[in-house]
Amino acid sequence: MQPTFSSSRILLPVRPWFIYLSLIAALLLNFLPTAYWPGVPDWVALVLCFWSVREFRRVGMGWAFILGLLMDVADGSVLGQHCFAYVLLAFTASWLSRRLLWFPLTQQALQVLPLLLITQMIQALMRLAVGGDFPGWGYFIGPVVASLLWVPLTFVLLLPQYQPVEQNPDRPI
Amino acid sequence: MAGLDHAPPPFFKRGPAPLALLTFYVLISLAVFVVDLRVRSLDLLRQTVALLVDPVQRVAQTPGSLVDYARKYLEGMQLLQRENDELRHAKLTTAPNLLRLEQLEAENERLRRLLEVKERENAKGQVAQILYTARDPFSRKVIVDKGRQSGIVAGQPAIDEAGVVGQVTRVFPFSAEITLITDKDQAVPVQIVRSGQRSVVFGLGTGQLELRYMPANADVEVGDILVTSGLDSIYLQGYPVAKVVSIEREGAYSFARILGAPIAGVENFGEVMILDPRQPLPPPPPAAKGRGGDGGDKPGLRPKKKRAAKGD
Repeated sequence: MQPTFSSSRILLPVRPWFIYLSLIAALLLNFLPTAYWPGVPDWVALVLCFWSVREFRRVGMGWAFILGLLMDVADGSVLGQHCFAYVLLAFTASWLSRRLLWFPLTQQALQVLPLLLITQMIQALMRLAVGGDFPGWGYFIGPVVASLLWVPLTFVLLLPQYQPVEQNPDRPI
Repeated sequence: MAGLDHAPPPFFKRGPAPLALLTFYVLISLAVFVVDLRVRSLDLLRQTVALLVDPVQRVAQTPGSLVDYARKYLEGMQLLQRENDELRHAKLTTAPNLLRLEQLEAENERLRRLLEVKERENAKGQVAQILYTARDPFSRKVIVDKGRQSGIVAGQPAIDEAGVVGQVTRVFPFSAEITLITDKDQAVPVQIVRSGQRSVVFGLGTGQLELRYMPANADVEVGDILVTSGLDSIYLQGYPVAKVVSIEREGAYSFARILGAPIAGVENFGEVMILDPRQPLPPPPPAAKGRGGDGGDKPGLRPKKKRAAKGD
């Protein structure tokens, strides 16, 4: 795949272990004590969204479900809360991926924002419906920050797939 | 050579259709959500996953605790000395009462026996360190470092040096989850020290507590101390819970809106004491008797069943 469909840059194929590594790293980032600060994004949702857009045949709803279960237990929230939101996120992201990748990165970020916001809102609605207390509007700053991080994240996560710009004429690939 | 009648190799393997997968996973998630909330029969699943997640989570907490440790280390001697002095001073000021405590307890016991009143239970427990706050922003819970291995069971109350902090709601092999009294709808049966009136205090989820269902003309004043009433067979009697900070009496409502602030450092990090489960109360007497009377320890008082062990 290419960084976007409009650019001519060809990427190397993705290595599966790198996907798994990035998802585990996102889990670790979520477990950090910084998660209590307002505006810290849900890293798992962000990375999951990224791979669902880029590699929807490798990272799909099964992964979303398992990651959601891990997050539920780690959070001490009701089981199924993150599962539901992440599964919907993975589905929507892979559904939109054919359209999303045509846009430049900043416009992609704009389209990812509602996805992440809806993920967060689904969780809030699920918990409010069963009697949780409202966590405050700071809860919805995270997705905004996450969508701002879309451009740097794309750069970092595609780094292993980039080829050198100057090609060796003896080795065309 | 093989014949041509075998199936073609799966060039474009895609698995089930996305919509089918979505339906499958959504149904499973919703089923898990409802079952976990209503039936609570998924504790085994939660504990299995927690065994995997817990070590990772503890590792992730280390940077924070290292920073904490470094800050304390750098704050250094002066602070320690001052703290030491303060503690020594506090010890001295409480000494007159503390020194006589043993004698007073013995005397109390003797008097109670004279009055044929059931003996007061002694509080025993174990100290646990708060590891981290549960990340769930919809509830107020903390995780402590003692679990089933240390004999913790769900329902045990947790206190700190000032008062009641919360109650153990989930137990994992090496950790336990304490729901704070400020969690939404977490209930603690209390008694107003000044008037002896009993009630139940509920968490609001905002860090405050509310004394619900008190009539508008109830004898409550700002500054009243609420202590556990001991009627729930969970909390021992007499631990401070909250202090009344505001009372709104409006004629339009039959109940007064009474807000309190927790006395214990509920939202602080540090250590808590997890008290051992209480001995079961005597069985309720026949319905005709058991009305009236103050004080939780009198025989013949009907033990109230409160939903204090309610999670989330």
